[in-house]
Amino acid sequence: MNQTVEIRWHGRGGQGAKTAALLLADVAFKTGMYVQGFPEYGPERMGAPITAYNRISNEEIRVHSNIYTPQYVAVVDETLLESVDVTAGLREDGAIIINTARPKEEILPHLKGYAGKVYTIDARKISMATLGKYFPNSPMLAAVVAVTKVMDKEAFLREMELSYQHKFAKKPEVIQGNMEALKMTFKEVQ
Amino acid sequence: MGTTDISKITEKSPWQDITPGNQIYAAGTSREFKTGEWRTQTPVWDKEKCKQCLLCVPVCPDSSIPVKNCERLEFDYDHCKGCGICAKVCPFDSINMKEGQ
Amino acid sequence: MAIRERFSGNEAVALAIKQINPDVMPAFPITPSTEIPQYVANYIANGKMDTEFIPVESEHSSMSATVGASAAGARALTATSSCGMALMWEELYVAASNRLPLALALVNRALSGPININCDHSDSMGARDTGWLQIYAESNQEAYDNMIQAFRISEHKDVMLPIMICQDGFITSHAVMNIELLEDNVVKDFVGEYEPEHYLLDSAQPIAIGPYAVSNYYMETKMGQRTAMKNAKQVILDVAKEFEAISGRHYGFFEEYQLEDAEYAVLIIGSAAGTCKDAIDQLRAQGKKVGLLKLRVFRPFPAEEIAAAVAHVKALAIMDRSDSFSGNGGPLGAEVSQALYNAHSDVKTVNYIYGLGGRDIRVEDFEDIYSRLERIAETGEVTDQFDYIGLRK
Repeated sequence: MNQTVEIRWHGRGGQGAKTAALLLADVAFKTGMYVQGFPEYGPERMGAPITAYNRISNEEIRVHSNIYTPQYVAVVDETLLESVDVTAGLREDGAIIINTARPKEEILPHLKGYAGKVYTIDARKISMATLGKYFPNSPMLAAVVAVTKVMDKEAFLREMELSYQHKFAKKPEVIQGNMEALKMTFKEVQ
Repeated sequence: MGTTDISKITEKSPWQDITPGNQIYAAGTSREFKTGEWRTQTPVWDKEKCKQCLLCVPVCPDSSIPVKNCERLEFDYDHCKGCGICAKVCPFDSINMKEGQ
Repeated sequence: MAIRERFSGNEAVALAIKQINPDVMPAFPITPSTEIPQYVANYIANGKMDTEFIPVESEHSSMSATVGASAAGARALTATSSCGMALMWEELYVAASNRLPLALALVNRALSGPININCDHSDSMGARDTGWLQIYAESNQEAYDNMIQAFRISEHKDVMLPIMICQDGFITSHAVMNIELLEDNVVKDFVGEYEPEHYLLDSAQPIAIGPYAVSNYYMETKMGQRTAMKNAKQVILDVAKEFEAISGRHYGFFEEYQLEDAEYAVLIIGSAAGTCKDAIDQLRAQGKKVGLLKLRVFRPFPAEEIAAAVAHVKALAIMDRSDSFSGNGGPLGAEVSQALYNAHSDVKTVNYIYGLGGRDIRVEDFEDIYSRLERIAETGEVTDQFDYIGLRK
């Protein structure tokens, strides 16, 4: 069987969890992988819990179902820990990555005894320090790359810089801040 | 297909001879359809009484009152169905309906 | 040289439309096909194509305008889903019976009710008798490839029928995956110019399209339509062969996956075929002889070819992503069963319904289906005919 990494994202409509999943697919694609990035299909509403998925592989991906036993889960909004079963099906040889300012000890009781690795990342702190505004996507993306190791960190940074140059062609001043956010995240998530 | 002569297509034609989608490769073919045969009453035009006001022309549903040089001519009996609207609209009693063809 | 990209199915179909650069595209938005006219409108606004885009007030109008444009002599297409197609119902028949080679990019979605925006095939399967060609895709790649082949098939002089290019709503339309694209000029050369023999705006030869036909003409006209549909079989294969020459990708009426020596097979349409392939690889690794027939062309229906391809299997699960509510299974089940009966086949069949309203179908579901087939072959008994897969019981 091929080695496919499966990732599930939890966020709220409008926060960018779907965009993060598509961005991850994008950057993994650019480093030569086979990718799949898709939201849980439904009417999306601002603020409502949403789920998005990634499959990343060295081989062609054919399966079209949702992901039920992901290796990794990324939680973009910690308030979802109260209402969504974020560790459902999560493999214990995998990990969960949670965007929070709280210490890990306060988060663990919400994870229903999940025995795999738990990573926390304060995307707000990083985003405010590097961009002056709260955009959790760049730190979350870097955290997921750091934890899942689906691609080489240097290749990731290289492709993200190209992507930002394209995306922010009209406001190049934010490119550096976003790159800083990625690098700072890499330092925090070890 | 491009050379299909639709005048050869009849109600006896086999399916292979019918044009795709029943398309008709000609214009104004309704002229060939002599609806005048349907007439049970026939308008008769009294040229003496007619003032050439032309009120009858636009009300004819079958364009069966030809006009030339601003004057109406004899009915086109090939296509007139005998509805009688022209007779009703004529202010000068110059169109009268008679029974039959 | 193939261009390596990552696109959603909607992006891929919109790009194919850009490369085809048809004359006219009327459209009205409906989930999940909305992105297609949206991307096309962007391409037009940015000067990347010069298609005449007609924003209309409903799908009844979008198909009417497509029919009108096609009758006038234009290469025309539109896109829709679900209830949008339902509102086109009358015009679907008008397009086919008037022999207009237009295209519809259909993103399959369940019909109401209960109202639902997710994938099943009830929209296009409901339209299976409208006289349209129907080609389905497993992936974004196939949706793109099918779109590029569409006009070559529908505009062929032996065919002259409208064509529906179907893909699974959200599952392929909104999932970003790898794809290989063709260069613009390669597509342009492949698709070619549309030069209709007869069209309304030809001042040299006035014609009438869509005349009233009395009973004396109606059946003869319908026979012409049926014959065109049968002719399409060869045209579809010929176009696929030419497409293979420019893309390296092979297409036919269906794809056979591990079917040659299979004892148990699944017959399915659309994206779930990919999931089934993963199940097959896992079961083959355990020594189970399982296989798949993924139907690509549903109209015209390749009955003899299907019967021949599955003749050797012990048991076959015909999988419908829509229920016909006949109480007797789904549309694919009915047509495949008829094909097998006419071929005097003794293959044991079941007709399962799955994936209605977007109900997910997983690798494990296919593993279960293959084990059911194994049991049916062993006992000779079918106790779960027309079962709903993934139903809570």
